[in-house]
Amino acid sequence: MASPPLIELRGISKRFGGVRALDDVSMTIERAEIRCLAGENGSGKSTLIKIVSGVYQPDEGEILFDGKSPGRLDPATSIAHGIQVIYQDLSLFPTLTVVENLFLNTYLRERQKTVDWRRGRRMAREVLDRLDVDLDLDANVETLPAAGRQIVAIARAVLAEARLIIMDEPTTALTGREVERMFRIVRDLQQQGIAVLFVSHKMREMLEISEALSVFRNGKKVAEGPIAEFDERAITRAMTGRDLNTGRFAAPRRDRDATPRLTLEGVSVGDDVHDVSLRVMPGEVVGLSGRIGAGRTTLAKAIFGLRQDVTGRMEIDGARLAPASVSDAIAAGVAYVPEDRLSEGLFLGRSIRDNAISAAMDRYAPRLWLDAGRARTETERMFDDMQIVAPGTDVPVSTLSGGNQQRVVIGRWLMTDARLLILNGPTVGVDVGSKEQIHGIIHGLTRDRGLAVVMISDDLPELAANCNRVLTMEDGRLTGELAGDALTEDALEASMAGASARETA
Amino acid sequence: MSQSGTVENDGVGRLLLRSSGNTNVQLGVICLLILAVMTALRPDMFLSSYNFESMAFFMPELGILSVAMMIAMLTGGIDLSIIGVANLAGITAGTLFGYLAGEAGAGSLGAGAVILGVGVGLIVGALAGLLNGLLISRLRITPILATLGTGQVFIGLCLVLTGGPAIVGFPAGWTWLGNGKIAAIPVPLVLFAVLCVALSLLLSRTSFGLRLKLIGTNPKASLFAGIERGRMIVWSYILTGGLAAMAGILLSARTNAAKSDYGASYLLQAVLIAVLGGTNPAGGKGNVLGVALAVISLTLLSSGFQMMRVSNHLIDFVWGAFLIAVIALNSLRGRKGR
Amino acid sequence: MKLFNNADVVIALILLVAMVFIGLVNPAFWQLSNIFSLLKSNVVIGLMALGVLLVMISGGIDVSFTAFAVAGMYLVVRSMVALDYDGVILPFLCATAIGGLLGLMNAGIIHKFNMIPLIVTLGTASVVRGLVLGLVGTSNVNINQMPDALIAFGRTDIATLERANGTTYGLTAMIAIYVAAALCMHLVLTRTMIGRSVYAYGADPEAAKRVGFKTGRTMIFVYCTAGALAGFAGLLHSSMIWLANPRDFVGLELDVIAAVVLGGASIFGGRGTVLGTVLGVFILVMIQNSLILMGIDTTWQRVVVGAMLLAAVTVTALRDRRALV
Repeated sequence: MASPPLIELRGISKRFGGVRALDDVSMTIERAEIRCLAGENGSGKSTLIKIVSGVYQPDEGEILFDGKSPGRLDPATSIAHGIQVIYQDLSLFPTLTVVENLFLNTYLRERQKTVDWRRGRRMAREVLDRLDVDLDLDANVETLPAAGRQIVAIARAVLAEARLIIMDEPTTALTGREVERMFRIVRDLQQQGIAVLFVSHKMREMLEISEALSVFRNGKKVAEGPIAEFDERAITRAMTGRDLNTGRFAAPRRDRDATPRLTLEGVSVGDDVHDVSLRVMPGEVVGLSGRIGAGRTTLAKAIFGLRQDVTGRMEIDGARLAPASVSDAIAAGVAYVPEDRLSEGLFLGRSIRDNAISAAMDRYAPRLWLDAGRARTETERMFDDMQIVAPGTDVPVSTLSGGNQQRVVIGRWLMTDARLLILNGPTVGVDVGSKEQIHGIIHGLTRDRGLAVVMISDDLPELAANCNRVLTMEDGRLTGELAGDALTEDALEASMAGASARETA
Repeated sequence: MSQSGTVENDGVGRLLLRSSGNTNVQLGVICLLILAVMTALRPDMFLSSYNFESMAFFMPELGILSVAMMIAMLTGGIDLSIIGVANLAGITAGTLFGYLAGEAGAGSLGAGAVILGVGVGLIVGALAGLLNGLLISRLRITPILATLGTGQVFIGLCLVLTGGPAIVGFPAGWTWLGNGKIAAIPVPLVLFAVLCVALSLLLSRTSFGLRLKLIGTNPKASLFAGIERGRMIVWSYILTGGLAAMAGILLSARTNAAKSDYGASYLLQAVLIAVLGGTNPAGGKGNVLGVALAVISLTLLSSGFQMMRVSNHLIDFVWGAFLIAVIALNSLRGRKGR
Repeated sequence: MKLFNNADVVIALILLVAMVFIGLVNPAFWQLSNIFSLLKSNVVIGLMALGVLLVMISGGIDVSFTAFAVAGMYLVVRSMVALDYDGVILPFLCATAIGGLLGLMNAGIIHKFNMIPLIVTLGTASVVRGLVLGLVGTSNVNINQMPDALIAFGRTDIATLERANGTTYGLTAMIAIYVAAALCMHLVLTRTMIGRSVYAYGADPEAAKRVGFKTGRTMIFVYCTAGALAGFAGLLHSSMIWLANPRDFVGLELDVIAAVVLGGASIFGGRGTVLGTVLGVFILVMIQNSLILMGIDTTWQRVVVGAMLLAAVTVTALRDRRALV
């Protein structure tokens, strides 16, 4: 290309204490390019964003804008060069109107002292027209659906004269159709000469829209190229560093007439899940695959007593399950490992023991008195079973690594009488070694305890290697099932591609 | 995320430094220091048994209120209505005694009436706490505003019951609660000690205490662990209300009077003592021993100031300055830790 | 930009209904003298409420402003007496400055130590009251000692009318100060970047920082203005009642906070309007003052204020309800 790239990173390294967050990374982003930056949690993606946006200074290496070095890069300089970052939380002001969310940025940049509402309104209307979207300018942002908020965030970046918009995990809160709409906007941006960098560990959607891909793992760039050179499996392999896992999980043969651990008949949840029927037998590991917003998490929450707008019939071991609360569900034998370990799963400042007994308090304190001896011995047993690495059970879980934290979250259900274990993203942000151990532990549980497992995951190889059946979900409905020899990554990928093709159509 | 990385470097030492046990040791040292300085300044007065005795009668009210505040803070809340509850309990009991005794005067009432009065006072406190708890957990009103509002209502009810002036003249058995002695130890101090031990066990050795701390640490995770947050919060405010009522009973017993605006300055002091005693106002952390040590330190301090003829108002100043200093220190320490 | 938002309309409707109701119970409510005295009672609470509104929009809460009001009032009046100074403008400037400086202390501590505003302001309130009472004095400055100019200023009426029996009554000129302050606050909040920064900070402090607001400056603006308004209102109060009492305003923080919450501001920040607050103050003052007109014993006043606060926060809590999942 004749003109220098929009941004060029040369040999960027960054350390935090003893941890090497980025290791000699070089990368370029051309004008009007749509690129995806893929990598698991902790792979260095967020550090890279912060370096490009001037929040962190690199220890080594340099950044060039249009072929020239800006000197020391701080946030203001980065913005002046047209870099806009849309963080996962969008950083909007929920109680303020769309108009104001749009123009505040610009007025701040212009160092305005007063607010010209009329001009702000004109700017807002212009930018929304430019994106060809229609939003109520006077609505408070908090009243908009997730997609609307995403659009406001994009429009705000465009108003700030962005040349590169970096979007951090942009599709997490969107439904399939909303993702489509966002992609159309992104293509429009490209037409207008704006480059977009998607940063995500859920790369499936990104395959559709990105032109180029860079994959990060452990602070290094491990793969790069035009998107056509990658299929989903290749990306996953690059992200996780695992070779194709040929292992397969076979559920033990059981009596066909045995009572299923979990039975769902015609279950609908609000507007998100429609008419789902399924059975999970003891010892089975059933995968749930689907795009974000397909209703998988909603279904899990309904079984776990977190949704009250459930119709249809749910049964655990043949007994009706109609949980009015989480504690009802737990008492019925349901266990749930939530998506977001840090905010939903753990009591960070508390000890491993406190976290471990948190879901089974009635067992260790049948009246009021806590049976500390029993709690200790059983926590220690769990500690050994889950192969947790820590100085002891009294250390706060905040001091553990991601993999060990996840073992605590899963392990605490060993201390209840769980018969059904629902895992939502069981190994997200867990290093490769831990991942395999965790899978092994889960299989051990199904074998030894006759536990039934429902595994929700975006990691197709994980599903293919660890489930005896995988159900696909789309728009709140079950759309297919793969089992036995038919359950391969290719088949899963094909069914997902089919789903997106149908949705686009 | 950043938290997980730090421990490998200097984990164990930092863990020990940060544990609540260490805060309590610091508080114990502060206590002894204040004692030593005051003794050095005015040995004759400070060490007199009279001085210690007056502290022992006066401190338990404040101590119980502070423990009550700590319990509200465990779940990340606060109870600004404790003074209203305390006075309402004392006044309800006083009104009851007036009604029972009629013309004869409350002084003539026996032990039965006193026990009834204590029961009624505690029930008033528990009901007040129930109201707070329901407003906070069911209607999801922020604890600050909910208890600010109920505090007004309780003080208002005190005014309605008394018509303004103090209720005076309680039965002899009642005043014994505030001024009597058991084996040379003041009754209030005995009560405070018993309550401290019981509450300390309740908070550290029962599922109730652990649940409150877990809720305060991470409300969302407590939901996913099946902890019934609403019910626990209601119980914690009932406990807070009951304790505030107990403090109110002791206050009216010691002064032989009950009025709507007694003990108004205790509110700030209870917040201060709870925070000083190692309670995290954002929730999840707090222990009875720390609060007890904090109340002893501050009682020694203010008694020392009084002895040096410092005006009560300046002591208010010192309390406020102390609160801010504690906040600043905690914040600086937290920042270094990170 | 809408001048009226829906919440304000609702509050105005509540006010109207309450007025009609009180008027039906006792028609004396509608007498001009009663309305004038109501308006007069609005001034001091209203000025303080404007400051508290600012703090609440920023997501904080302030219980120290009454102490600052006492400091502004008592220090200035005592100095005037001691120096034998008689005047109006300089004393008010001083009282405002004292309040503003004390507010700066709040802002500094809250921003620097990132500490819960309630606990900080509880502390600063105790510090300031303790210092005023402990070092400056505890005795009232009575009408015979009060500087004449202050009294004369406080007595100024805009309009004077005569009753049938020949006595006169008037509408205090102080109401003009209140209206002007409210108008200024409205303009600052809606038309300036510093005003919008308060809303932005209250809506999401982290996002405000990311967008590029200087949040330290915002906090200073918020707490200094709240303090300055309190200092000013304190002195105005003493010039209107011809008395400077260093123990004044105890418990008034509750009334003012109740009025602001009643006016639709949210303790979670990011929400609240001047018009709503002005209406909220009017409702509170009107109901307090009308208890007697309605034949209710004044000892019930506190209960009524508390109940109103609870009703208002219940409504706003239902509006702001945030799901945990």
